[in-house]
Amino acid sequence: MTVSEQGLVVPDYGRLALPEYMKPQPGNHPPLDSPGYKSTALRHPKQPLVLLPHRLTEVTGPLLGDELITLQDADLTTQHGGEPQGQRIIVFGQVRDSDGRPVPDTLVEIWQTNAAGRYRHSREHHPAPLDPNFTGVGRAITDQGGRYRFITIQPGSYPWGNHYNAWRPAHIHYSLFGRAFTQRLVTQMYFPGDPLLEYDPIYNSVPDEKSKLRMVAEFSIEDTQPEWALAYRFDIVLRGRDQSVFEEPHA
Amino acid sequence: MSELLTPSQTVGPYFSMRLPWPEGPYVVPAGTPGAITILGRLYDGAGAAIPDGLIETWQADPNGRFAHPDDPRGPIVDGDLAFRGFGRCKTNHDGSFKIVTLKPGPLPFGDGRTEAPHIDVSVFARGMLDRSVTRIYFPDEEAANAADPVLEVVPADRRATLIAVPGGDGLLRFDVFMQGPSETVFFDL
Repeated sequence: MTVSEQGLVVPDYGRLALPEYMKPQPGNHPPLDSPGYKSTALRHPKQPLVLLPHRLTEVTGPLLGDELITLQDADLTTQHGGEPQGQRIIVFGQVRDSDGRPVPDTLVEIWQTNAAGRYRHSREHHPAPLDPNFTGVGRAITDQGGRYRFITIQPGSYPWGNHYNAWRPAHIHYSLFGRAFTQRLVTQMYFPGDPLLEYDPIYNSVPDEKSKLRMVAEFSIEDTQPEWALAYRFDIVLRGRDQSVFEEPHA
Repeated sequence: MSELLTPSQTVGPYFSMRLPWPEGPYVVPAGTPGAITILGRLYDGAGAAIPDGLIETWQADPNGRFAHPDDPRGPIVDGDLAFRGFGRCKTNHDGSFKIVTLKPGPLPFGDGRTEAPHIDVSVFARGMLDRSVTRIYFPDEEAANAADPVLEVVPADRRATLIAVPGGDGLLRFDVFMQGPSETVFFDL
């Protein structure tokens, strides 16, 4: 039994059976210091990181849900009076952890450019037209199988000034929570066959080739809707629990 | 068999189209009795404010409980739904951010030791290919901080970067330095 300075009593729980989340494999995530992407130079820690064990604050995490979502959030083509310009696409997939377990009821947030490669943002100055019928933001909650689905417009490429003739490959930004603080992920979805991938320091910041391909969606003719929209599958894999460490408490 | 993870990428310069929302900085509604306001600024390695960063916080409630079923002690049971434990705030042109919350309680570490009250923090920004994770500890918890099993492994001369500075009247300051002489301690999660 411990008493804090505020007089709160913390009962001893003895050994708490907490999951341990697996470490990423080497090369799985980009190094924070990535010279090809110039803005990383002054924005990465230089001192060694300190190992943070996975305890109560880390194995729990925000479970944000329905209060943030409206039906229109998952269809970026119906958020205004008219239809946006561009190629209509369906982007769908499954959120699961690295053990293959679906992650249900988790918030998926996306943002992207319009068809012309222009973000609707006050600091965006790329001289491409805005589309009055497209904001470029979406939210969805995964279902019991970890599945999500958005209807949107094929985003465009845009110049970004990182180096001479620098153009970002078309992409959709994704933000996910999973169910634990350890699983939080912000990433980008790219399109198969995009010739700009080869030249992009952000995509190529990921050292491991197979991991990079995890960020490239797969075109799906089966899910493409005749006379209506192309479909891309983008599954997202979050850190799973290390089964060698975590033992289910005995009932 | 373990699948390869989806790699992290930067939030980029335009995340504020989607991620912030008006109540984001309010872990508890403004005016909640006992609420504290944590004010800070995010700085880069040249000492310049980072105006396109995002701060997220996650923490226990004042009783040391979480709004989450994976806590083996069970989720918050007092029905205090206003406490979601999560805060999100975009940085302003001067790098400043604000989180309004309740001070969390201490937590069992699971081996008989106790964690001092703390808030887990994720820092995102353009130019950051992955988040950086840090913690906020409280200046009025000297004894608990001294016994904290996480602070204990932080080099002694850097611990102060994790402890908020009292600002008087329910205010705390917590600045985040990505680099430089007062570089904040970041964690390998």
